[in-house]
Amino acid sequence: MNLHGFGPQLLQGTLMTVRLALSAVSVGLVLGLLGAIAKSSRHAALRLLGEGYTTIVRGIPELLMVLIVYFGSSTMIGAVLRQFGIDTYVELGPFLSGTVALGLTFGAYATEVFRGALLTVPRGQIEAAQSLGLGRWHCFHRIVLPQLWRIALPGLGNLFMVLLKDTALISVVGLDEIMRKAQIAVGDTREPFTFYGCAALIYLGLTVLTSGGLMALEHRANRGYRRARS
Amino acid sequence: MITMTHTLPPALQADNIHKRFGSLEVLKGISLTAHDGEVISILGSSGSGKSTFLRCLNLLEAPHEGRIALGGEDFKLKRLKDGSLVSADPRQITRLRASMGFVFQSFNLWPHMTILENVIEAPVMVRKTPRKQAVAEAEALLEKVGIADKRNAYPGHLSGGQQQRAAIARTLAMQPRVLLFDEPTSALDPEMVAEVLNVINGLAEEGRTMLLVTHEMRFARNVSTRVLFLHDGRIEEEGTPDKVFDDPASPRCRQFMASHR
Repeated sequence: MNLHGFGPQLLQGTLMTVRLALSAVSVGLVLGLLGAIAKSSRHAALRLLGEGYTTIVRGIPELLMVLIVYFGSSTMIGAVLRQFGIDTYVELGPFLSGTVALGLTFGAYATEVFRGALLTVPRGQIEAAQSLGLGRWHCFHRIVLPQLWRIALPGLGNLFMVLLKDTALISVVGLDEIMRKAQIAVGDTREPFTFYGCAALIYLGLTVLTSGGLMALEHRANRGYRRARS
Repeated sequence: MITMTHTLPPALQADNIHKRFGSLEVLKGISLTAHDGEVISILGSSGSGKSTFLRCLNLLEAPHEGRIALGGEDFKLKRLKDGSLVSADPRQITRLRASMGFVFQSFNLWPHMTILENVIEAPVMVRKTPRKQAVAEAEALLEKVGIADKRNAYPGHLSGGQQQRAAIARTLAMQPRVLLFDEPTSALDPEMVAEVLNVINGLAEEGRTMLLVTHEMRFARNVSTRVLFLHDGRIEEEGTPDKVFDDPASPRCRQFMASHR
């Protein structure tokens, strides 16, 4: 296959895609966990906040989300800065916008995955921690979180694969990831099949790698459960 | 070797504990004083409130009325909107709970940790015991309950009896002043009951202060210094094992003893 010298460009695009996916998933996991905690809270205000977040974000198409964050953020930051008498144009840039938009989306779906997993941790697990004098934070991150993670992992893996391919949307605001690199190459060489095919293979390869990584994570999270009696 | 030095504050004291579930009042004013070295068994048919009472003592269950003190220190309580009492001081309740070992019917070992990790978790995280020392102490405790060889196994790979013994070791690792046992053998297959009761009996012989909710009547009689019989949320009969088992004043207690021989 003749790539007309665009090979290194595609490689750069791949690295950018991976970086974006990893930074967005980091944001998304934190948001998802916070969302699940908010939605499971005793306080009605927190529940409402969580509900509002997931409803709004899940109700907006990802592409629109990207555009809103990219163009909306500069307008909003500009408006805030003007309050302080600063009149400059600030924008988040494609990478940060992509991280925020995809992170928000991942977080909204992950909220439900985490919330479901939270319900599977038996009350007795927490009671045992309480009875030994573990504080709330210790109880959460040492006892609840590892058990929650194990249940949530397959669902989160699914969402990550969706996220990985949604990174292609960030090409519309000019981020030099796989999709945009491919488009540039197509524009230059007039060989759409070659370069879109290449892009497809790269996404497929990344998905296969992700699958392998997830299997390793699940294997690790399932220590102690294999061949368990109940 | 039981010396009741009443000048010292009692190890555990509970006054007039009330508890409701909705409109159902399950505890109608139960008081109990446990002095150091006492082993008190709490008996009664299911629904009599004995487990709920035990769970109220370390606030796993929120009572609606009452006062609890551990070693003379009163639990600081505050009332929620629904009328139940919860701790008003997170630091205090955490500290007091660490001094009250609780053994659950369903063990509640943490499945993602090995037995050793289960035992050292609270000493390392709460007491800030150096890890090396915590491991050495944990190994000694596992030896004591007879499952030293299972230290690196996960709970899911142990029998029920072994899991309960591990849970007891986990509780002992915090060097609690009082031990609360909530039907520790009720979830076990019959052939595993004895191994757990042996461990509990050993602890009683060490002179530990213990409260034991159980259906093992013969064991309760042998191990206890005092027996409480609960019925319908009240203490129906209280006294030495011989008195409660052989010569109870209450007809209900007499009937219960007759049907559980």
